[in-house]
Amino acid sequence: MAPHDGHDHDHAHGHGEQHGQPHPHRPIQEDLSYRTESAVRARALKELLIEKGIITADEVRRQIEIVDARGPHMGARVVARAWCDPEYKKRLLTTPNAACAELGIDLGETHLFVVENTATVHNMIVCTLCSCYPKTLLGIPPDWYKSFAYRSRAVREPRTVLAEFGTSLPDDVEVRVHDSTADLRYLVLPRRPEGTEGWSEERLAAIISRDSMIGATLVRPDA
Amino acid sequence: MTRGHHDLGGRPAGSVPREEHVLSPWEKEVDAIRNLLGDKKRRLMTSDELRLGIESLSEAEYNTLAYYDRWIESILTTMERKGVLTRDEFARKVAAVQTRPEHLKEGA
Repeated sequence: MAPHDGHDHDHAHGHGEQHGQPHPHRPIQEDLSYRTESAVRARALKELLIEKGIITADEVRRQIEIVDARGPHMGARVVARAWCDPEYKKRLLTTPNAACAELGIDLGETHLFVVENTATVHNMIVCTLCSCYPKTLLGIPPDWYKSFAYRSRAVREPRTVLAEFGTSLPDDVEVRVHDSTADLRYLVLPRRPEGTEGWSEERLAAIISRDSMIGATLVRPDA
Repeated sequence: MTRGHHDLGGRPAGSVPREEHVLSPWEKEVDAIRNLLGDKKRRLMTSDELRLGIESLSEAEYNTLAYYDRWIESILTTMERKGVLTRDEFARKVAAVQTRPEHLKEGA
């Protein structure tokens, strides 16, 4: 799992209670999520589809395992390889699905397009209409990506939004915002930070954050 | 052409919320169910149909339902249209789950 930028330490891929030990000073609490109306409706939907013979409980469990196994660590491997191997980078930019398959990453029916950050261009991804995202490469999108505020503002005032993520760019860097669709999803190829010359792919992958591959942040060598 | 209420690009909005949450078991299940309904074995629901169902919600529903609640609504609409289930059957199942004492104890 790649560590993320330094602005938010408590998020989906971090140290949630589902992954860590219960807090020593708090009594262990039951998971209350199934007491909500939403959870009851989800349970009813699942049971009804099982009764109808459309899906099975085992298929649902297996599908959750597949989704849980995906995450930003996959995108980070792709980016690290592209930083280290110029020929691979060319293939990633021209035939991204095949380039990901080279690393054993199956994008399924996702049509991926890779946009490269340079000294003069910074790319940023949004889905103004819904929440399209390269899930087969980066996992489930973060809450902020799905938020009404990000979807509304990223295309109108990207530099202000970037500033909220602690990302400031020189005025002469062009910011390009890409609006995803269900049929075309983007990955930002972030810039390799200075001071990482000679690093192994593995070491590089560890500093490549999820948010840098959406273009909300930059990769920092001290991440 | 009237602009849909889901079409948010460029509208004024407040700061981007940075709080994130780990998906609850029910959210993962809804996500998994949609994936299964769209897979090669079933082909009962494409991502375009998911979006159509979400974008067909009323503005009030769209703005107040949680993310995966919008998915549940879209799945129900699509499955009813395809004759897989009815809203009445679903309502009866919801009532059955609600009155089941053990649902309060289930974690996943």
